[in-house]
Amino acid sequence: MSSVSLGIPAVPPRGFGNISAVEPFPQAAHRELGNAQLRENLGHATHTIRDKRLRVVSELPDWQALRDAGSAIKTEAMSRLPELLTQFEEQFTARGGTVHWARDAAEANRIVEGLIRETGSDEVVKVKSMATQEIGLNEYLEERGIAAFETDLAELIVQLGHDKPSHILVPAIHKNRTEIRDIFLREMPDVDPALTDEPRRLAMAARAHLRRKFLSAKVAISGANFGIAEMGTLGVVESEGNGRMCLTLPETLITVMGIEKVLPRAQDLEVFMQLLPRSSTGERMNPYTSLWTGVTPGDGPQNVHVVLLDNGRTRALADRHGRSALHCIRCSACMNVCPVYERTGGHAYGSTYPGPIGAILSPLLTGVEAEENSSLPYASSLCGACFDACPVKINIPEILVHLRGEDVEAKHGRDAGPGGADRAGAKSSGRRRGLPTQMDVALGAASWALSSGDRLGLLEKGLPVARALAGRDGKISRLPGLGAGWTQSRDIPAPPSESFRSWWKKRQKDAPPADGDGSTRGPATGGATSDGATEGEAQ
Amino acid sequence: MSAREEILGRVREALGAEPAAVQPSALAEYRTESGLDEDALVELLVDRLEDYKARVEVVPRGNVAAAVRARLEGKEFAVPEGFPAEWLDPSLDERAVRDSREAPLAVVRLDGLDAVVTSSAVSIAETGTIVLDGSPDQGRRAISLVPDHHVCVVPVETIVGIVPEGFARLDTTRPLTLISGPSATSDIELERVEGVHGPRTLDVIIAR
Repeated sequence: MSSVSLGIPAVPPRGFGNISAVEPFPQAAHRELGNAQLRENLGHATHTIRDKRLRVVSELPDWQALRDAGSAIKTEAMSRLPELLTQFEEQFTARGGTVHWARDAAEANRIVEGLIRETGSDEVVKVKSMATQEIGLNEYLEERGIAAFETDLAELIVQLGHDKPSHILVPAIHKNRTEIRDIFLREMPDVDPALTDEPRRLAMAARAHLRRKFLSAKVAISGANFGIAEMGTLGVVESEGNGRMCLTLPETLITVMGIEKVLPRAQDLEVFMQLLPRSSTGERMNPYTSLWTGVTPGDGPQNVHVVLLDNGRTRALADRHGRSALHCIRCSACMNVCPVYERTGGHAYGSTYPGPIGAILSPLLTGVEAEENSSLPYASSLCGACFDACPVKINIPEILVHLRGEDVEAKHGRDAGPGGADRAGAKSSGRRRGLPTQMDVALGAASWALSSGDRLGLLEKGLPVARALAGRDGKISRLPGLGAGWTQSRDIPAPPSESFRSWWKKRQKDAPPADGDGSTRGPATGGATSDGATEGEAQ
Repeated sequence: MSAREEILGRVREALGAEPAAVQPSALAEYRTESGLDEDALVELLVDRLEDYKARVEVVPRGNVAAAVRARLEGKEFAVPEGFPAEWLDPSLDERAVRDSREAPLAVVRLDGLDAVVTSSAVSIAETGTIVLDGSPDQGRRAISLVPDHHVCVVPVETIVGIVPEGFARLDTTRPLTLISGPSATSDIELERVEGVHGPRTLDVIIAR
């Protein structure tokens, strides 16, 4: 898809795959919230990890300096991306690897399939990878008769349970130990029927189940946490050793890496290898990290490939207010501290990337207007806990607000004039303006009323009428139309019988002229502020 | 247009005429040295490794062979060709199975062994991390992975305090494996359980 340049640069094509919500977030969240077991599992897991993270982060006197450095390195990497990608390609190739480029999910899947076919194998072992989850590689291969075996314990639980991941670090976070035991008993052919739900026993069952696969696999597929431009090095950070098995034993290794994962220098690892483990599993260091550079003769895979994936990343990069979402190192700290994620779980976000980072990353990769992704930027209370936890200081709340603005423009579209030179404007220009919604009408009315004191005064005369809507308890508990969303879980106190402004006017008329500023202070809050909001949030 | 040209073109266009970002080296205010002496380094490394449930022993250089023998007594084990002869007691010879890049052991053979003994390239005290870099005394990556028990010798002069000191000593173009305790998982309710696919027992012998 190319377009004629009119001075405003064209928006790069969107990404496809498992990055689009199929139903609006409120609807999905409502359903997930009905699952009490899920909420209990998530509450337990996220609180466990929060405490661990805080403990290991507070051990480092230079944590904030590391975050600053991480953020600066990522900013630098993005601004030098063309040069760094080229350098990475050159280095990786010089050391015996092969580099492939994929514009989108479909192209990446085709490339990987082709590489597997060349080996003559019809099965592969996989290291947990967000990129291959994003492009739906497993499903793609399965349809074409190639079996892909997930080897990370949580991914294995998800795969055996015919389920979907709900967290980027611990994809089976929504399952507790008993549920996991039941899946193993049902799906593992040679499992001990007396298997208990002790985590240690469950881990041993996974070891036994996968051992033969590891020892005989000819092809492995991985993602990458980092790609070092300076020397073409790739890195995978893991815990169980399944990563090492896949990266070391097979003859062929295919790595799918998003183009944003490239770092300028090997030295940058000294920053990220401190930020990532502490932020993700709350450990001083993860048990295993593997770094490899092309092919090492006589040691490890001799047929080594990397697929550099765009799939909407350039689209995100083109949004200058949103591009820092690409700095994400997939640690998952933001979801572990998010009050929304903690309650709804990851499935409600409908994307490989759930939680706060997913709420910005998914719409940035696909465009906010794609499928149901327009509801994702609203899946947040904007409390800012994610920003505080982010090891590379992505200002998630700010990007959420930016994307809400994009969504409003897209739906209620005011065309950006020629002056709207930034990408937000470029995206909405030319879009068909939607029919006015209830919200548009309400906001239009508010704008009319609030822009003139006289008009507001006129409307305020209607307060006693609104008062009549309240029940005997002085509360309004059911509003029609758009207001129903608010009163569904909260009451609104009845409005006062008169407005503050009319009370003030009357008081001025009745009272003798004041002799000083201080004495004229009335009951400043009047009756006008409703405490309905705080009541609602306490629920 | 090839995918490569198209993606690079998209990136260039997306970035537009952005000013180049500040070089982060100018911002490096994080620690690059720990300033710890040898005693403190050893103490910290032992503490951190034990926290990961590794078994750690600090021995004088002359006693490494005895310590290794104690850990491998009665076991059939892999040993990389370049492993220092003075660390391997002759009584272990008949159960020691040699491996090298030139004459690698088959994976199934490795799977049949009880243990492996290697040296190590660098250890980072603060994080309890031991790094293997594929040198002849550490061998191929597979040998320290497949056997269920890894005995690892850490020469005291290879211990550094913090992560930046560790990377400063490493050559990233070598195949690197950073090991922080035995294999573990946090995938069940985010609680750490030691021992999954990698060696379930990690014995560390710090040679002073």
